[in-house]
Amino acid sequence: MKTEDNLILKVEDIHKSYGNTEVLKGVSFEVKKGETKVFIGPSGTGKSTLLRCINQLTLPDSGRVWLHGEEVTHSGKNINIYRQKMGMVFQNFNLFDHLTALKNVEISLIKVRGMKKKEATEKALEELKQVGMEAQAGLYPAELSGGQAQRVSIARALAMDPDVMLFDEPTSALDPELTGEVLEVMKKLALGGMTMLVVTHEIGFAYSVANEIIFMEKGRILESGPPQKLVNNPRFERTKQFLSRLSELYKLGDEK
Amino acid sequence: MSENITVVVKALPFILQGLAVTMSMVLEALFLGLVIGLSLAVGQIYGNKWISGSISLYVWFFRGLPNLVLLFLFYFGLFPLLGLDVSAFVIAVIALGLRSSAYQSQVFRGAIQSLGEGQMLAARSLGMSKCKAILNIVLPQALRIALPGWSNEYPILLTDSAVTYAIGVMEILTRGNLVVSRTYKPMPLYLTCAVIFILLNYGGMKIIHLLERKVRIPGFGNGER
Repeated sequence: MKTEDNLILKVEDIHKSYGNTEVLKGVSFEVKKGETKVFIGPSGTGKSTLLRCINQLTLPDSGRVWLHGEEVTHSGKNINIYRQKMGMVFQNFNLFDHLTALKNVEISLIKVRGMKKKEATEKALEELKQVGMEAQAGLYPAELSGGQAQRVSIARALAMDPDVMLFDEPTSALDPELTGEVLEVMKKLALGGMTMLVVTHEIGFAYSVANEIIFMEKGRILESGPPQKLVNNPRFERTKQFLSRLSELYKLGDEK
Repeated sequence: MSENITVVVKALPFILQGLAVTMSMVLEALFLGLVIGLSLAVGQIYGNKWISGSISLYVWFFRGLPNLVLLFLFYFGLFPLLGLDVSAFVIAVIALGLRSSAYQSQVFRGAIQSLGEGQMLAARSLGMSKCKAILNIVLPQALRIALPGWSNEYPILLTDSAVTYAIGVMEILTRGNLVVSRTYKPMPLYLTCAVIFILLNYGGMKIIHLLERKVRIPGFGNGER
């Protein structure tokens, strides 16, 4: 896990403005295979925008992104190929409301990958099993709890066999009881070797799972480091403040 | 009284021959309006400013003209001018269909816009092209949402179809009118036409409601309540 070959994602100097507001003021970082990086920071610091700039759902004003050494930015129609390799999980799940859990997972396999229906169903069931949702395969999104819906959306992204998973505040829309089941799935994924970028306020999850916590403020990375170092010994007073607030709210002690 | 009944009974077979004309005119116009209207809605939302601008112009034009004016323009003006020898029936279908497409497009546009961008974002994040996302994710949902509003189009077209009497399409009212001019019994004959229209309307709406129930999805759009 130390050579250049292990580099999966490289993000260089991303800038993004909405009107006169500069949301991202030059963000760069690298992700190696199997790493989990957790982005924390106050609301409105551009964490979600950053994730969307990586898979180009939001086009950055400048800066570049590479996946496996191939440039994702300015890739034209190829972007659809890169996006398959970067699974995304949204705060509001964004499950396809007219499709059952199974079909939610199946549809991109059939329509994007061109898989046969039978093969796609098998794979989709497999993915649902991974997140503990195979029993609910026939239910529609409106019939699922928030936690269940989010687990299906994780399965949907996993079905494309992504190289990296982007989680955009995956538990922010969930009540504390449902948060646990989603974090459990994510933890399992991380331990299984999935490369993950996670925007979250769940400091307990970050502390126990992340290889690195990246603290963002006002469109920049203020500081980053291994969880123990960042939590126990942050360089900036601002980081300390924010982390102690998070720890109060999300009970750092819950996870080991 | 019995005299009235005799008139109606004698005229009924002749008037009922118009049933097929009316129904095929309405269904063809409805279908034409559906295909064009849906394309217009997609173009207006996802197209560039030139496309969506021209579509707004189209919608403004066809929604602004009275049916009769459009029929006369096509029947006496445009088609003869182009040297096209087309039957009154075909012109009626085109005029009614184009006009309906303008209205239908706005029903579909509203439905698509009510979806929220999350659906499109999720589809694109999985690597679907915009086109695939529209076809597989946006439209199946938007069509369900649009159905109650869209169901207005059938009775509107059905009642509008009687206006084609003015260019001589042999539909129900035209036929009723012909019998009136021979028998001078307007009341029973127009009443007969009215009953036929109302029954056609009832039947059509029943079918649309069945369709609504068939495509219903738990917790989605006009779900169970």
